[in-house]
Amino acid sequence: MKIQCNNVWKFFGDAPKRTTALQAVNLDIADNEFVTLVGASGCGKSTLLRTLAGLETHSKGDVLVDGKAITGPGQDRAMVFQHYSLYPWLRVSENIRFCRQLSAQTRNRSSADVEAASGRADALLQLMGLTASADAYPNQLSGGMQQRVAIARALMGKPQILLMDEPFGALDAQTREVMHDLILHVHRLERTTIVFVTHDVEEAIYLGHRVVLMAPRPGRIDSIYEVPLPAKREQDMKLAPEFLQLKRQLLDRIRETSGMKTDLDQLQKLTQLAEERTPE
Amino acid sequence: MWSIRLAISRRSYGLLALVGLLVPLLGWTMLSAFGGVDPVFLPGPHKVLQRIGNWALDDDLWGDAFISTLRVVSGWALSALLAVPLGLMIGSWRAVQALLEPLTDFIRYMPAVAFIPLVMLWVGIDEGAKVAIIFIGTFFQMVLMVAEDVRRVPMAQIEAAQTMGATRREVLEKVILPSAKPALLDTLRITMGWAWTYLVVAELVAANSGLGFAILKAQRFLQTDKIFAGILLIGLMGLAIDQLFRLLHRKAFPWLHGR
Repeated sequence: MKIQCNNVWKFFGDAPKRTTALQAVNLDIADNEFVTLVGASGCGKSTLLRTLAGLETHSKGDVLVDGKAITGPGQDRAMVFQHYSLYPWLRVSENIRFCRQLSAQTRNRSSADVEAASGRADALLQLMGLTASADAYPNQLSGGMQQRVAIARALMGKPQILLMDEPFGALDAQTREVMHDLILHVHRLERTTIVFVTHDVEEAIYLGHRVVLMAPRPGRIDSIYEVPLPAKREQDMKLAPEFLQLKRQLLDRIRETSGMKTDLDQLQKLTQLAEERTPE
Repeated sequence: MWSIRLAISRRSYGLLALVGLLVPLLGWTMLSAFGGVDPVFLPGPHKVLQRIGNWALDDDLWGDAFISTLRVVSGWALSALLAVPLGLMIGSWRAVQALLEPLTDFIRYMPAVAFIPLVMLWVGIDEGAKVAIIFIGTFFQMVLMVAEDVRRVPMAQIEAAQTMGATRREVLEKVILPSAKPALLDTLRITMGWAWTYLVVAELVAANSGLGFAILKAQRFLQTDKIFAGILLIGLMGLAIDQLFRLLHRKAFPWLHGR
């Protein structure tokens, strides 16, 4: 499914103290594309994602999914949160099957559907490497395993779009690498469109076909970068010159747009002053 | 040993708990035996035990305990019956919160005891009045605690269900309620404790039975040992019910306890 944002604005608060969370956002995401959103905090990347999910309403403009304006959350767009989204009272397999007991899914359900769903739940357990943990409760799992459950649960309803809000932000670096390859595999296998929010530039490049850089105050899209890497990603590519060059470019731009650049300059000046004052 | 939040073994915990319970008992015994305190002011443990024995044999201890438990549980259950759905709504909808929370906050600071004359006027002086006092003492606190339990349900749990296509009703039934359940049971346990503390007050109203009434009657005849007996019995029954709640918590929510 393709996503179109045409001149999307989002304001928080009322007139005198109004802040602009999203300013004139224009973004087209193609079917089966993997787009990553990066930017300093307050740049509106999560707001944009939540708008796509239908969890947040925008103030102006159009957000279209396959040409139709979104009116709220829907099964076609699943979301994976950073944490606390699993249901601790349900076992792993029950968490994954959660959407099956919602009326949105039980309406017009045939026995063939039920069978297919049970097969899908098992397939997802296997895909995510959760077969051995199927009967565990979420709080018995590590953070990485919990996120696997969250992804499997999101995929259960066969969404065409997967929205991910810093899903690996709380994981350690090693687990995160494993999750990166896993999500790329999922993307190839399920052929979903993925929009992925992160503050980790390396993650954004490694996963994305395109990287959308957003800037704060007001929240807006600053620039969009095509990732110059082959479609099939490998961990080694993180050391390729084109990878490193894009990483530097993105980091520089984030510093400039977030006002951190001026902070750094100030710091440098102070250091210089201090050095001048110190007698040799 | 004194590192903050350092885990201790089950044995040391049990041992320390025993010490914590026995030392005051020992102190009490010593004070009443050798402290030169008039037994009218401080009867010894044996006298209190004796009194409990007499109460059970010659008088109607079981009847008193039963009627008091009935009053406490009725008042508490009635407030739970109303407070849980109301708190669920306050915790789920800002509009309901705005409508009801300030009012509840206001009423809960009013002393339940001061309502006695009004309760007598409105409800009368029979069983209903006692239940009403316990209800007034627990209901308003309970509503706010339930609302807080509901508000503590992580937003991500709710939003995850919404993105899976859950309706508003389904979010309430399949996410908010099961997610808040352990906290709700704790709230019910704690408010049960408060309900017990209102017992004596409730039995101020034209009672002729019950543990609280027995304490009040003993006061009139300066039977300090019976006052002690009544207080201890109420404490013990409260403790027993509290332990039952904890057991239920462990049985009902295995994902929180089994590791």
